[in-house]
Amino acid sequence: METTPDAIVHLIPDELETPPLTLWQLAWRRFRRHKMAIFGSISLLVLIIYSFGGAFIYTEAYANFTETGIRLQPPSAAHPFGTDTVGRDILARTIYGGQISLLIGLTAMLVQLFIGVLIGAISGYFGGRIDSILMRFTEAVLIIPQIFLLLVMAKFFGSKIPDITVLGRTFSGSVVVIVFIIGITSWPYLARIVRAEFLSLKENEFILAAHSTGTPTFQIIFRHILPNSMAPIIVAATLGVASAITLEAYISFLGLGVRPPTATWGNMLEGAYNYIDTAYWLWLFPGLLITLIVLSINFIGDGLRDALDPRSRAI
Amino acid sequence: MDKILQINNLRTIFNTPEGIVHAVNGVSFHISEGETLAVVGESGCGKTVTMLSILGLIPIPPGEIVSGSAYYHNKDLLQLPEEELERIRGREIAMIFQDPMTSLNPVLTIGRQLTEPLTLHLGFDQQKAIQRAVEMLTFVGIPDAEKRLDAYPHQFSGGMRQRVMIAMALGCAPSIAIADEPTTALDVTIQAQIIELVIRLREELGMAILWITHDLGVVAGLAERVIVMYSGLILEEADVYNLYENPCHPYTTALLGALPRVDYTRHQRLDSIPGAPPNLLIEPKHCPFAPRCQFVMDICREQMPQLELIGSDHQIACWVDIHTGKSR
Repeated sequence: METTPDAIVHLIPDELETPPLTLWQLAWRRFRRHKMAIFGSISLLVLIIYSFGGAFIYTEAYANFTETGIRLQPPSAAHPFGTDTVGRDILARTIYGGQISLLIGLTAMLVQLFIGVLIGAISGYFGGRIDSILMRFTEAVLIIPQIFLLLVMAKFFGSKIPDITVLGRTFSGSVVVIVFIIGITSWPYLARIVRAEFLSLKENEFILAAHSTGTPTFQIIFRHILPNSMAPIIVAATLGVASAITLEAYISFLGLGVRPPTATWGNMLEGAYNYIDTAYWLWLFPGLLITLIVLSINFIGDGLRDALDPRSRAI
Repeated sequence: MDKILQINNLRTIFNTPEGIVHAVNGVSFHISEGETLAVVGESGCGKTVTMLSILGLIPIPPGEIVSGSAYYHNKDLLQLPEEELERIRGREIAMIFQDPMTSLNPVLTIGRQLTEPLTLHLGFDQQKAIQRAVEMLTFVGIPDAEKRLDAYPHQFSGGMRQRVMIAMALGCAPSIAIADEPTTALDVTIQAQIIELVIRLREELGMAILWITHDLGVVAGLAERVIVMYSGLILEEADVYNLYENPCHPYTTALLGALPRVDYTRHQRLDSIPGAPPNLLIEPKHCPFAPRCQFVMDICREQMPQLELIGSDHQIACWVDIHTGKSR
């Protein structure tokens, strides 16, 4: 056997170096330690699979199929979650309702993210009069009770938008209305967070340095300051998804949200009101799902808050 | 040599709740092509504010440039609209900041921060910009530059970051580099390396350097001409040999006297200038150094001395001839 006496010389420097952890690797290490956040992530994943995977078992037509002959049946082998007041299968409806609820949560979050970040960033960066005007406007939106505003807007716009067809599926136009009104009533919190971040970040020397290399203002705002304030924005956006789902459930429960036959977890509760003690399955399953998803998302938000906090000393 | 930047009677104030802070009170100087000009003075004497005013980087409000002009190639920088200034900042006049620890954006890679001015000012495409960034990093002495482009600022040491800052400032080959105390945050050996680097850059790239510092030791090894500032005013301006051989303003002599010396005995106390720097809330109406000056005369407390030539390339603003102790 030949010996390789000079093997050690052949080590490439790369093999001697440990590659440094990136910001996201560090965050992931901290996130992993947060048991509730991991529980939340898994349960959210399960719910997503439930809602979107379940569509392969039940068709939407089946979920919306009315058969008054079998109305208000308790859970059985044929209808595991029972049937509702007009004889629709609740299991199939929670599957399709989950899709809508998740989509409403996500898109409403995007709407509020867009408005909130834009207003917060402009307000915090420019300060002065622009800041005053935008913040007074933000406060004006904030002091109107959100639920009240939601109900009025839902009532006002609810019936004015025709049904829409996306990817071969028809949604009640009210879905778009709900997303829009949740988005435009929820952004003030985000705007304030972003503004606060910008107020302190813009005083940093590296922003002055960016100015001194001739970087235009627009780039300074969105390429230099915004990435620095990502952590609180991500956390707020995550929690925003949960609150959008709750809000949707709330207005749908009051009958002003998404119109049947399109199912959401919220509007499935609507009819359940009169049967609280006689037909528990009407409210139990959608209610459980709402609770579970909101809880999961909040745990994830909590975990993200800890994981993305640059001041966190935990490894 | 051609003057490439001419500052005339620059005044900058800050409106604060306590009153008006008179940060810069009528400063005039010039810098010629390829020249190294040092601006010295203690903290708060207006060195940095002067430079930031020239580049339009003073926050307005509370800042306000009351008067003056700053001519760069026949264009008054103080009158230029923001968009035109943006084209000059970083392209024609670059700045190197004091604290490399806070002057780099912590969430952007070095590569992105280096290539941004290149794509912005020179219109380089990504590939060309990266190539140039690698060149610059290698030039300022960062080994393995290509790999380091993907690194974040926290993965560099202080000296390395200052090198990155310099690479960033010089990437577009500006004609003037303003270095705002670039070595203060570094330890002495790294200071020496950075100064050496800047000297090499000046020789190879031929840019003018405006070096702001309070370290007279650094000035001696680097500058050709020196401006001594105090309370937002220029008190003495001379070429570097004259200033050290024959300082003529009492403040300059006091500053030089306060330098620690190798031949001091162990228990000797360091000399210092008695008193404190002036309160900038009060607009200077007379010589601002008068309260601390050992040669002070009555006129010093009544009238403001103007900069006057006392030799070739040597100006002071003082009523006294320190060699005789009498009025000039």
